[in-house]
Amino acid sequence: MSGFPTLLYKEVLRFWKVSFQTVAAPVLTTLLYLLVFAHALAEHVQAFPGVPYLHFLIPGLAMMAMLQNAFANSSSSIIQSKITGNMVFILLPPLSAFEIFAAYLLAAMVRGLTVGLGVFAATLWMVPIPMTHPLWALAFAFVGCGMLGTLGIIAGIWSEKFDQLAAFQNFLVMPLTFLAGVFYSVHSLPGAWQQVSRLNPFFYAIDGFRYGFFGQSDVAPGASLAFAASAFAALSCLALALLRRGYKLRH
Amino acid sequence: MAAVAVRDVHKRFGAVRALAGVSLEVHEGEFFALLGPNGAGKTTLISALGGLVRADGGSLAVMGHDVTRDFRAARRAVGIVPQEIVFDPFFTVRETLEIQSGYFGLRRNGAWIDQLLERLGLGPKAHANMRSLSGGMKRRVMVAQALVHRPPVIVLDEPTAGVDVELRQALWAFVRSLNAAGHTIVLTTHYLEEAEQLCSRIAMMKEGRVVALDTTARLLAAFSERVLRVKLERGELPAALAAKATHEPSGAWRIPVDDMAQVERALAAMREAGTAVASLEVGEPELEEVFVKIMRQHAA
Repeated sequence: MSGFPTLLYKEVLRFWKVSFQTVAAPVLTTLLYLLVFAHALAEHVQAFPGVPYLHFLIPGLAMMAMLQNAFANSSSSIIQSKITGNMVFILLPPLSAFEIFAAYLLAAMVRGLTVGLGVFAATLWMVPIPMTHPLWALAFAFVGCGMLGTLGIIAGIWSEKFDQLAAFQNFLVMPLTFLAGVFYSVHSLPGAWQQVSRLNPFFYAIDGFRYGFFGQSDVAPGASLAFAASAFAALSCLALALLRRGYKLRH
Repeated sequence: MAAVAVRDVHKRFGAVRALAGVSLEVHEGEFFALLGPNGAGKTTLISALGGLVRADGGSLAVMGHDVTRDFRAARRAVGIVPQEIVFDPFFTVRETLEIQSGYFGLRRNGAWIDQLLERLGLGPKAHANMRSLSGGMKRRVMVAQALVHRPPVIVLDEPTAGVDVELRQALWAFVRSLNAAGHTIVLTTHYLEEAEQLCSRIAMMKEGRVVALDTTARLLAAFSERVLRVKLERGELPAALAAKATHEPSGAWRIPVDDMAQVERALAAMREAGTAVASLEVGEPELEEVFVKIMRQHAA
């Protein structure tokens, strides 16, 4: 029997044991963003015609929280194990590179999706927003969490110190999520910035996710899904290659 | 079939040559010691055996399974207790062992885990968080983790470093019983008397090479000797004895002897010469002496 289910279980248990910090805290942070930005910007921003700004904001913020937490889960677990040395307990058993990859990835997705559900559970009773195409929303939630869970695996493997991981998070993940149209529609940006935004895979995850709610988006959902899924696939290939080589894990 | 087969293994870390062509075999059921000063390459070799380190050249196999080509079978066949104390602070002792079992694909392993907990004196701590354990207790959990899949080959990398007497004795009793039950044991330690008492064969490493490999008995016979140590109260050591004796810093004379008959003859000679003995002791061959001599022989 494979060790994969146990590694997945252990990774889920790991964040669930500290769920106050890993689930409740990001849900609260998202609600605070919602409260402040919706209040401050509601009068000034009209993102999609016929969609109140507060409604527009909820899926974007939920997706941002999902992306960040999927990334945080795999990256922090791997770097903690590397630095404290308990990674040996995963490297010594007969687990293949693919099994290790799949377990960290799925656990990251579980965390991301749990946080997303938490955000909706906390907001929907206050602000009931429509969900026009739930399957699209679900597809983007999976691909978005998968993409960032994989990026987290890469960051965790590459980083040798918490400092390096923090740099990865603050100088790559944060800017890419903030500039992915969480708070605005990219159509409101000047032309050049619109083009730059279209290079950001996080943008497609958020834009497509929003389509699932309002049936409106900046880019056609099929194209967004194709782009986000390609980014996810490319990152997965890289993460798997690193794990197969034992990069910074098996010396 | 060899339990462990290492053939011409090389490993470099940047400019450092950690393993420079190591070959050795450990037979099934053996209690084998891997000795050497710090930096000799013992831990690198063990890590290569467990897949934690990738050899640059050569091959390693556990119970006939190559550690890279047939990594799953090789890793199922070996349980390694790492040298550094490491643990996952998120889990209790029992959870740690259940999770480790699961990594090996063993789901219903509760009975063996209970046995391990009991044999290693971890029963009362089964539901304690790993963080709350003392260093010695954490070490016991690491031993249990390495044994959770009942590997035929068990590798202990300095398991008694910084460990109290009680645990050391309990650990050796347990490991001896595993060896008696057919498990092959590979041990590294800096406590040479442990290796001498426990191990039937010894490899000594220095600077990434095996510099001695033989049975403990033959190494002791070849490199060490039985000695008679005498402190004199008055008189001189008879000339015949003084010729082969050396003076130790403690003030005692150290006279090599082959057997007890020679001891008797030496004492008789001293009595005849009117030499009074203040104290005497017969020292058996010691692995420490073997170790020092071999390391000196291979001094660069």
